[in-house]
Amino acid sequence: MSIDILWFVIVVTMFAVYAVLDGFNLGTGMVYLFVARTDLERRVVMKAIGPVWKGNEVWLVAGGGVLFLAFPKAFAAGFSGFYLALNMVLWVLIMRGLSIALRSHFPNSLWRDFWDTVFASSSVLLAMVLGAAVGNIIRGVPLAGDGYFFVPLWTTFMPGPTPGILDWFTVLMGLLTVAILAVHGANYLMIKTDAVIHSRASRIAVAGGWVVVLLTLVLMSTLPFVQPVLRHTYDTYPLGSILPMLSVTALAGALYFRRVGKETAVFFSWALFILGGLGSVAWGLFPNLLIATEDPTHSLTIYNTAASPYGLQVGLVWFSIGITMVIAYTTWVYLGFRGKVDRSSIEGNYE
Amino acid sequence: MTSALFYDRLQFAVTVIFHYLFPQLTMGLALLIFYLKSRAYWTHDAHYDQAGHFWTKIFALSFAFGVATGIPMEFQFGMNWAKFSTFAGGVIGQTLAMEGIFAFFLESTFLGVLLFGKKKFGPFIHWMAALMLLLGSWLSGLFVIATNAWMQHPVSYTIDHDGAVHVTSLWGLLTNPWLFWQFSHVMTAAVATGSFVMAAVGAYYLLSGIHLDSAKTFVRTGVVAGAGASLLLLFPTGHHEALQVFEHQPIKGAAFEGHFYTEAGADLVLLGQPNMDTLTIDNPLVAPQMLSFIIHKHFGAEIKGLTDFPREQWPDTMPLLYYAYHMMVGLGTIFLSLMLTALVLLWRGHLFQARWMLWALMLIAPFPYIATTAGWMTAELGRQPWLVYGLFRTAEGNSPLVGSGNVLFSLLGFLGLYLFLGLLFLFLFFEIISRGPAALSGTRSISEPMS
Repeated sequence: MSIDILWFVIVVTMFAVYAVLDGFNLGTGMVYLFVARTDLERRVVMKAIGPVWKGNEVWLVAGGGVLFLAFPKAFAAGFSGFYLALNMVLWVLIMRGLSIALRSHFPNSLWRDFWDTVFASSSVLLAMVLGAAVGNIIRGVPLAGDGYFFVPLWTTFMPGPTPGILDWFTVLMGLLTVAILAVHGANYLMIKTDAVIHSRASRIAVAGGWVVVLLTLVLMSTLPFVQPVLRHTYDTYPLGSILPMLSVTALAGALYFRRVGKETAVFFSWALFILGGLGSVAWGLFPNLLIATEDPTHSLTIYNTAASPYGLQVGLVWFSIGITMVIAYTTWVYLGFRGKVDRSSIEGNYE
Repeated sequence: MTSALFYDRLQFAVTVIFHYLFPQLTMGLALLIFYLKSRAYWTHDAHYDQAGHFWTKIFALSFAFGVATGIPMEFQFGMNWAKFSTFAGGVIGQTLAMEGIFAFFLESTFLGVLLFGKKKFGPFIHWMAALMLLLGSWLSGLFVIATNAWMQHPVSYTIDHDGAVHVTSLWGLLTNPWLFWQFSHVMTAAVATGSFVMAAVGAYYLLSGIHLDSAKTFVRTGVVAGAGASLLLLFPTGHHEALQVFEHQPIKGAAFEGHFYTEAGADLVLLGQPNMDTLTIDNPLVAPQMLSFIIHKHFGAEIKGLTDFPREQWPDTMPLLYYAYHMMVGLGTIFLSLMLTALVLLWRGHLFQARWMLWALMLIAPFPYIATTAGWMTAELGRQPWLVYGLFRTAEGNSPLVGSGNVLFSLLGFLGLYLFLGLLFLFLFFEIISRGPAALSGTRSISEPMS
């Protein structure tokens, strides 16, 4: 395996781990107003993600940094091309971060209602945009010969040679992402809470599971038309079919474990479903990072955007050391905070 | 002046200046909190524990705003400066990715432990979390400044056939001679901001006659650390930064000193306004031959003036650069004299009764922010017209397909959002101060939905 391919795997893995880890924070935000009605319940839900959400979000920023390191031209083209959408992602990220940090600062109910609404709506919006982003990467963008492009927010809402960020395909991807992460968040809350929050989360997770199955089937059937490259890659390298099979098996597993009431198994199967899905997309697009909609020779691949061999080699050395430490202390912190949220320490401790 | 490039530059300036208001406090406070937590841990003194707890609240508030406004900085490299990212990603991708892997994870993970983990993890781990936050936030500073140092003084690179640069030695990048003094100077400034704010809060409590025990600790810690930092800011860190500017970026040096004509025995301009038509200083107040002495330790030494260099290589905002530099140095001088006086009063045992000095300590708190901002403006405006000094011009760096209308849209969005965030931060900051350290101990607040 060449070092460019290794870095492709690292970049994809960073973003996939982000999707799984911050995914349950986003999902928690989406179901937040429905599973937690009273202030006490909302504080329980906030405490379920409180100690870990910030570390989870770092996978996005670090993923961006790693993309910049390994494939600087793709980073430059992608971030400038999606300029408008990314600005809104930034504003939403800022508001979401502050809503978690600030909502319990005052006992004032207006203050808390405001930040609760910000938390819920920013979580939905962010999941929607991130899903649409994956949709854009699958569909391709109108790259010019100099390696740059710029997409408006929408054009005709049709995937074609001059698409916008939003078309019917990317909107569907956004909706699927919202559904997947809402269930993911509900699964997480079922592990971390009990009583009424647990039963409400359970209802959302069951219903959402079927929405995900339906939307996945619809999207799978449109994929060969929206991006023929995927089909071509899987025909040429059928070994990669392991990934979609793994993803579908994990989805089926999640539905099965839900039926037999194994909540931790449901959560991990669902996480595997997300990882497998993103892995499948990555395998299908490889070695492309951004596919050109008009002239395929303009596509940005890992080969025409990679940094120098020395940069990639020395980067691999420190990255391996760094990420090992990150995984070690992150795991340790998760273990430290494991178990259901302790209600007793919340009740009667109101500022 | 409505080109995309102009808005790109303005947006980066606005977002980076606003962002850096927060990390300079958190990096400085991280050190002071670690000191307070260490004393609490080793002496089992509840008083220091309470002080550490109180400042952790302020730290967490500032940290939350710093993280929120920090993400746009990384994104903007690609969003607004795509050509620069394509050109320089082979070098600065290394340091920016290292910041994510080595610093952001550490800070964010252990902030969770510091805020939520006292009961779950026990006092030793809690103390260690403070250490990890100190380490993480300073490492973050190190990697950002390593990136900036390379843009000021590029080392360890080759240019490939596409015209992009690639790193040839990671070690060389991290031992860039520019990095040592710049990092020392910037981190000392962060300690100054943290100390000044701590002393100011203590002074406010003393003047108001409330929380007296905590107040004395805050003032004592703030004045000792603040005096040390103020001294180190001027010498050796500031002095050596100026020396390396005159050695490697003589145009920047001449521009920020307001030194237009090459001469032996150059005067040091203390006050005055640069006149860009006559290329002189209006209303000058100068220290005769001092510039030559400071730079070359010899009153008669020759210093090159701006007019010796082609005008298209001058920083394009020379008067602003000149004012930024003079504000930084002027404020630095005031900080040092004030803090040394406070230190003498503390040593003689008079400080807590000297109301005039407590007033001064309280009112000086915003000025380290101004001095630090002016310092960064000196570094960055002085780097113009280059994005990477001597290698790559700012005018060639912005995204080719992001039009001025779209950049203005995002700029206005950031202005509105940051106005809201600024007001929100001040409101919450003063609210924590008004609740005071005693009220906070044993209860919970910012960033801590419940514990």
